[in-house]
Amino acid sequence: MRDVVLFVPCFVDQFQPSAARSAVAVLERLGCRVHVAASASCCGQPPTNAGYNDDGEALLTRFEQAHVREVPGDAPVVVLSGSCAQHVRAHTTHDALRRRVQEFTAFLHDEIGLPALAALGATCPARVAVHIGCHALRGLGLAVPSERGPGSTVAPRNLVTAVLAQVHGLEVAPLTRPDECCGFGGTFALGEPELSTRMGTDRLRDMRRAKAEAVVTTDLSCALHLRAVAEANGAPLPMWHVAEVLDPARRLGRG
Amino acid sequence: MSRPTLPVLDHAAAAAAFVSDADRTEWHDAALWWIRQRRDTAVADVPDWEALRTHASAIKEHTLTHLASYLEQFERMARAKGLQVHWARDAAEHNAIVHRLLAEAGATRLVKSKSMLTEECQLNPYLEARGIAVVDTDLGERIVQLREEPPSHIVMPAIHLQTADVGATFHEHLGTPATLVDPVALTRAARADLRARFLAADATLTGANFAVAETGGFVVCTNEGNADLGMALAPLHIASIGIEKIIPTARDLPVFLRLLARSATGQPQTVYTSHVHGPREGQVVHIILVDNGRTAQLARPSYWRSLKCIRCGACLNTCPVYRRSGGHSYGTTVPGPIGSVLAPGFDLAAHASLPFASTLCGSCTAVCPVHVDLDAQLLAWRADVVQAGHGSSRTRQATRVATQLLQRPALARALTPVLRLALRVLPRAVTRALSGGWGRGRTVPMPAAESFHAWWRARSDHEH
Ligand code: SF4
Repeated sequence: MRDVVLFVPCFVDQFQPSAARSAVAVLERLGCRVHVAASASCCGQPPTNAGYNDDGEALLTRFEQAHVREVPGDAPVVVLSGSCAQHVRAHTTHDALRRRVQEFTAFLHDEIGLPALAALGATCPARVAVHIGCHALRGLGLAVPSERGPGSTVAPRNLVTAVLAQVHGLEVAPLTRPDECCGFGGTFALGEPELSTRMGTDRLRDMRRAKAEAVVTTDLSCALHLRAVAEANGAPLPMWHVAEVLDPARRLGRG
Repeated sequence: MSRPTLPVLDHAAAAAAFVSDADRTEWHDAALWWIRQRRDTAVADVPDWEALRTHASAIKEHTLTHLASYLEQFERMARAKGLQVHWARDAAEHNAIVHRLLAEAGATRLVKSKSMLTEECQLNPYLEARGIAVVDTDLGERIVQLREEPPSHIVMPAIHLQTADVGATFHEHLGTPATLVDPVALTRAARADLRARFLAADATLTGANFAVAETGGFVVCTNEGNADLGMALAPLHIASIGIEKIIPTARDLPVFLRLLARSATGQPQTVYTSHVHGPREGQVVHIILVDNGRTAQLARPSYWRSLKCIRCGACLNTCPVYRRSGGHSYGTTVPGPIGSVLAPGFDLAAHASLPFASTLCGSCTAVCPVHVDLDAQLLAWRADVVQAGHGSSRTRQATRVATQLLQRPALARALTPVLRLALRVLPRAVTRALSGGWGRGRTVPMPAAESFHAWWRARSDHEH
């Protein structure tokens, strides 16, 4: 049994807790003993990104203390959000913790390995669009962004699609702009709402054009925004976290 | 004719106005995305692209950290070549020097080739007020000049306009038929008009893309040859050069020439790359080395690396915010990510909204040929804006409340069922109104019936 600490960001806790329950289920099926730090709440990204560094640092310190105090040894801290993981990695001065922090999909890909994921036997008969949050993409390197890949179209290295390839029946719909920003950007969504929703609308249109039946993402914050835009446009689209798609106990998709 | 000075803008409001025209937004976004794809393809053709970027960045950082000695070397070498060198501390000094040089030569007709520096200095209105006729000769610059608008892009100044807009402008100012919208015919009309002005000009003014300390020469890159025509015809040539354009040696030039055009438009090279290493016979060449805030930026530890910028415009083209809000929404000479990093250094209060005109997606940093860490600098400016008291008070309050709450997870978790209930039972119209900016164009998300932490606690209790 390997110890793993799961960090569930506040918005996942409230708005899509099913993703976190699936993450627990997946990690346990993969032979991990899951811990959750009860006193961890927020990594501090929202205030820092809004320019309030004091508040951001206070929350980050709290995050650090929670994970150092409450959980055993040097177990990896698996973060259910690329953008929170990237924030901690980029801003913490706690070197040991920085090394422990990993985004969920990257942890599965790098530490667990694809054969074990295939053995999960997850099934999801659906054509999905993959959305990797910008911080996960460029900050954590979950995929090579299109502006860095040859010829811009298909990223040559993409951990997320490699992981999703282990799910039976799942088909990835190719997007014309594979990694266009969805327009959420944390406080940007509040500060520039018109532009933010326009970006979300464009992102969704690309997904629909590719005949995607659902969105699979590493970042439920992006999904929170995209779902809200899709619903306001009168065309809801299911938004799943990678963990939900991998969870063999959940029946997602068409059938 | 003079251009209005750029107004201080709230980016969010200007962007909202731009996106309210959905078709134009669509078209603008597509045009710039097309350029970015051309750039991607051109970049993929260079196998050592990443090494080239790293090398270029190192050259620039070295130059900027030894700027004074390279500038002095440049001045010495340029003088030795018969080029005259002037120094301008700010826009006012720059404009006064240009005017004095023109007055001394008795010049009243100036042709200019695109120089964002003179735009930054607001040179045109200054000279026009003193009886000098100024004609911008780059096609895009000419179009916006006729329309009395500032450029909206540093490489493609009229990218915000469609051919119908240009047709209407030329009909009004150049007398082309009202129905004429064919780009080739419009270009011909502009060329006929410009040619006469080139031939009649007393003086020409250009910018420079690079100035070489070792040789004392400078390089101008254009696609239309207009700078060359101006330099070849006019007896007086003034070159306005920002001090950050210096590179150490001629051997460094090809590094930047390979990066510049590919990043800008996806061309392997610009069509014309002209080297000025001395005046031709019968001509006088003056160089004005301009600071105008550059040394101040150089002194800022968080932002000095923005001076590495070679003005390729790639960060504008890739920026999802720029593509959908247009260059004018920034209210600055240089828009987009790099403009948002440069402008606060000039006047923090006036440009306080710009560091927030980004989702921090990081694509700008990933395309920049000289590794300017744009997203990190945008983030740093946000903290400086807040520190200086220019942040929005609503955000301040919301942040404080949220932080207080999140500092006490137990209390937060005790309160959330109440908030959850409120969100669930309040009419949607009320929650939408309460959500402020979020509710515009988006539904307000509903919390789940049971939070993860509640579930986790219950499960743990059950197990024990
Ligand atoms: S910051 Fe970089 S990408 Fe942007 S214009 Fe300057 S050199 Fe080009």
